[in-house]
Amino acid sequence: MTPTPNPGPDFGPGLAEVFGPQQQDGGPELVQLLTPEGERRHHDDFDLDFSAEQLRGFYRDMVLVRRLDTEATALQRHGELGIWAQLLGQEAAQIGCGRALRPQDYVFPTYREHGVAWCKGVDPLDLLGLFRGVDHGRWDPRENNFHLYTIVIGAQALHATGYAMGVQRDGAVGTGDPERDTAVVAHFGDGASSQGDVNEAFIFAASYQAPVVFFCQNNQWAISEPIERQSRIPLYQRALGFGFPGVRVDGNDVLATYAVAQAALQRAREGSGPTLVEAYTYRMGAHTTTDDPTRYRVDDDVEHWKLKDPIARLEVYLRRNGLIDDDFQATLKQEADDLGHRLREGCKALPDPAPSAMFDHVYAEETPELRAQREGYAAYLGSFEEAGR
Amino acid sequence: MSAQRTTRITLAKGLNMGLRRAMEDDPKVLVMGEDVGKLGGVFRITDGLQKDFGEDRVIDSPLAESGIVGTAVGMALRGYRPVVEIQFDGFVYPAYDQIVCQVAKMCYRSKGRTPMPMVIRIPFGGGIGAVEHHSESPEAQFAHTPGLKVVACSNPVDGYWMIQQAIASDDPVVFLEPKRQYHADKADLDETTTPEPLFASRVVRRGTDATVVAYGPTVKTAMRAAEAAATEGQSLEVVDLRTLSPLDLDPVYDSVRRTGRLVVCHEAHVNLGMGAEVAARVAEECFYSLEAPVLRVGGFDTPYPASRIEEDFLPDLDRVLDAVDRSLAY
Repeated sequence: MTPTPNPGPDFGPGLAEVFGPQQQDGGPELVQLLTPEGERRHHDDFDLDFSAEQLRGFYRDMVLVRRLDTEATALQRHGELGIWAQLLGQEAAQIGCGRALRPQDYVFPTYREHGVAWCKGVDPLDLLGLFRGVDHGRWDPRENNFHLYTIVIGAQALHATGYAMGVQRDGAVGTGDPERDTAVVAHFGDGASSQGDVNEAFIFAASYQAPVVFFCQNNQWAISEPIERQSRIPLYQRALGFGFPGVRVDGNDVLATYAVAQAALQRAREGSGPTLVEAYTYRMGAHTTTDDPTRYRVDDDVEHWKLKDPIARLEVYLRRNGLIDDDFQATLKQEADDLGHRLREGCKALPDPAPSAMFDHVYAEETPELRAQREGYAAYLGSFEEAGR
Repeated sequence: MSAQRTTRITLAKGLNMGLRRAMEDDPKVLVMGEDVGKLGGVFRITDGLQKDFGEDRVIDSPLAESGIVGTAVGMALRGYRPVVEIQFDGFVYPAYDQIVCQVAKMCYRSKGRTPMPMVIRIPFGGGIGAVEHHSESPEAQFAHTPGLKVVACSNPVDGYWMIQQAIASDDPVVFLEPKRQYHADKADLDETTTPEPLFASRVVRRGTDATVVAYGPTVKTAMRAAEAAATEGQSLEVVDLRTLSPLDLDPVYDSVRRTGRLVVCHEAHVNLGMGAEVAARVAEECFYSLEAPVLRVGGFDTPYPASRIEEDFLPDLDRVLDAVDRSLAY
């Protein structure tokens, strides 16, 4: 059976009166500073002057994380990773938000925030361990203020809120010291917006005015289920019901995402409480490498969103304004190739853990019972070696 | 060494004093839950703490259990030691995902970089004539989960010490409080003594004919059974497990090797309950000492019944003695 084209949200007559008619492509409320054609736009509430260096930096980031994503996908196809969650199409949303962070800001990612991890300084190779099956997360969350990936959908929104409540208790909000005031980011997607934990996080954050930014990448799909299955209203409008502002930003526009994220982060750091940012984007790839989107969505949708590609539009802008040239592109291509090479070789070299590693760190203080199991299993394995098998 | 100070306290008071002392000793200790602030908790365990430590450290939470535990995870990641109160045993299930998937696994997933020093206090057990969902014993579900530690206090003095030790633990501790005992009995607390380790069981009555293992609310039941048995010439040894995960069964093995008979008693459903694990381990360790099969006395495998018949569901003195008689007659 061929899937029918996705008609977009239908609010029905009652809801349309409240929220306005159905809007294609995010509607007029979408904050956009760079059109899909690469034209710079002004926005009354969210606008910034970007330096050439900054713009080139965004471009470089997006090109490199797309390469990271492409390499990891290929590594899965070659059997080197068990699974990979692709970020294809969401580079601007992640780089825009990631680059607006300060070092002290703490991030709680889903399992798809490879671009944010990049901005936080997590070694991309470390992202692969979880997907290769050699660990549950290689990086030290404390080192880069970037928590481990959370697989259970939406659970991390509460962790972010609690962490932000801790930040409040440390007096690290509203001091005016840019190196002290701290924001916390909860990443999640449109699917997670249906989870109780995300909604409870909204309530706790609003109640305590916690310095947290709820950054929702609405990529339109929760595996096979379109956004209409999760919400009858634009997601950002939910924030109002919880008592804090919500903004919908063009998640394929790195400039707008940066500007909106920065404003939301600043609100948090100042002690003005939470903000919901809905980065309106599209999951260009599959949910993960085990998914087959041809069973539930049509090529037309994907083709439509290809025209809004986050990297292409910035490239057009940079080229048109003479901010990048062939040399820049050649250097960047070499850098991407080097990254790809490093990921391929590094991934294959990631060692399987020793079987005894399964017993490590179950507790901060190991129990006698577990110690006995560890020793018993070691002796059992040792008995094969003694038998020369 | 300060002079001996003996106070006569209830379990509720012991827990309250223990929480207070933990908060005095460590400014990172926070208390959070529904109604724990001004009200002092529905059982008054946190009575007066908000007044003395402020709203930032004794936090009245929105009415959402997953939210309570989930935000406590974040606080622990930020370096705090949250002590959360789940108002009643039957209300812990909305937080079950956070406890089992997040709290229990955080240390493991991060290779020990982000331990979870959190205490989840749960008033548990029945016998207070409550409506449904207020009298349950979910301990096996948590003891079955690697990464959690689970303890149950049975008396006022243990309440005072064990809550402080649980808070000091760098691992997450599910802390079970027998709600029927909160205001029931008083005991003498000497704050200057050194407590036993948290994760250790304890022989609370010496005996020679049979061993009865209990924890939480059934320790009192077992002790009364032992007193009644003594009048009939039976000498029962009673062990208070205190810790359910890890289990500390060396005192139980030692006891069973002497008595040859074991009855395990808890309010939770018998099927796949703590008693099953104790029985299996005792069978492994004390096979040649056993004179009779290990018997279990507990709640029947029904949902918790309406309160007018709850005393038929709960193991009481007579059911414990009946099991002891069956063991001795085997």
